[in-house]
Amino acid sequence: MAIGWYLAVSAIIFCIGAGGVLTRRNPLVILLCLELMLNAANLALVAFARMWGNEAGQIFALIVMVVAACEVTVGLGLIVSIYRRNLPIDVDELHELHG
Amino acid sequence: MSAVLFFLAAIAAITGAIGVVMLRNPFYSVLALVGHLIALAALFMLLRAEFVAAAQVVVYAGAVMVLYVFVVAYVGGGQEYQAGSALRILGPLFALAVAVELCIAMLGTALSGVSGHGAPYVRGFGTPKQIGRLFLTDYLFAFEAASLLLLVAAVGAVVLARRRRGLEAEEAEDVEFQRRLHQPRPRYTGSMAESAGLRPAIQEIEEAGPAVIEEAGPAVIEQEPALPTPGND
Repeated sequence: MAIGWYLAVSAIIFCIGAGGVLTRRNPLVILLCLELMLNAANLALVAFARMWGNEAGQIFALIVMVVAACEVTVGLGLIVSIYRRNLPIDVDELHELHG
Repeated sequence: MSAVLFFLAAIAAITGAIGVVMLRNPFYSVLALVGHLIALAALFMLLRAEFVAAAQVVVYAGAVMVLYVFVVAYVGGGQEYQAGSALRILGPLFALAVAVELCIAMLGTALSGVSGHGAPYVRGFGTPKQIGRLFLTDYLFAFEAASLLLLVAAVGAVVLARRRRGLEAEEAEDVEFQRRLHQPRPRYTGSMAESAGLRPAIQEIEEAGPAVIEEAGPAVIEQEPALPTPGND
């Protein structure tokens, strides 16, 4: 398959993720949609690595995976902390970060 | 063959992505994301990124998603809040606009590589050996920075999710255990001297009568530890 097809799939997934971040209000689902966007970027990076015959893009994708794992860890820690304080799990209610 | 596999994997990936966004229950969203990640790993295989595909399945679909499932089980789905009316209309519109823009950019690109099939395949491209060699030679700094970032994130998650009161709160929870621990008992019972036979407690009770028992009881008993107010953690 031509590289353009992979880029098209990547663009579609990215847009689905962006739409999800804007429409959903549960922070857990927003984190999942962020994962979608990061994975779309990963797909584009790997496709470009294939296009150039150069592994640098794959290295980049692996580093993005590490950063995504860190983001998930901290985000889920925040959600657990919010839940412990009996605050609503809803991003519109959580507009202030004071305890 | 590769075209069939591509379309199967692409449709599965897009379906999984739509499922993540549309499903109401966060638990099903996580499961849809697992399917999406596995389909994406198939796409990576088609792009000859073997190591990235394996890391995707093992690390992402395996480890990170388990973390998600645990948190969803802990927090619970709860009631799903609907987005504000403005965002509910504007969000998909924005996504559609970005999609159109990206399609225009891709169709209008003059890059001949985008419509081509990529560079000729070299034996050993994307294998763990090659990736590992690059990580430890050309991209060593990124590798070390990533490990430091993981450490910081792990410490940060522990700090964020810990109990606010620390150890005292957990002690106060166990009032019954503390009460039993401070029950009145004869002097020297449970001591090393008793176990060594130097001061046999039973004998002392018999000698002094019940007065010892009352005397030996700790004075702390009168003040009960305050019951923890439920729900502050």
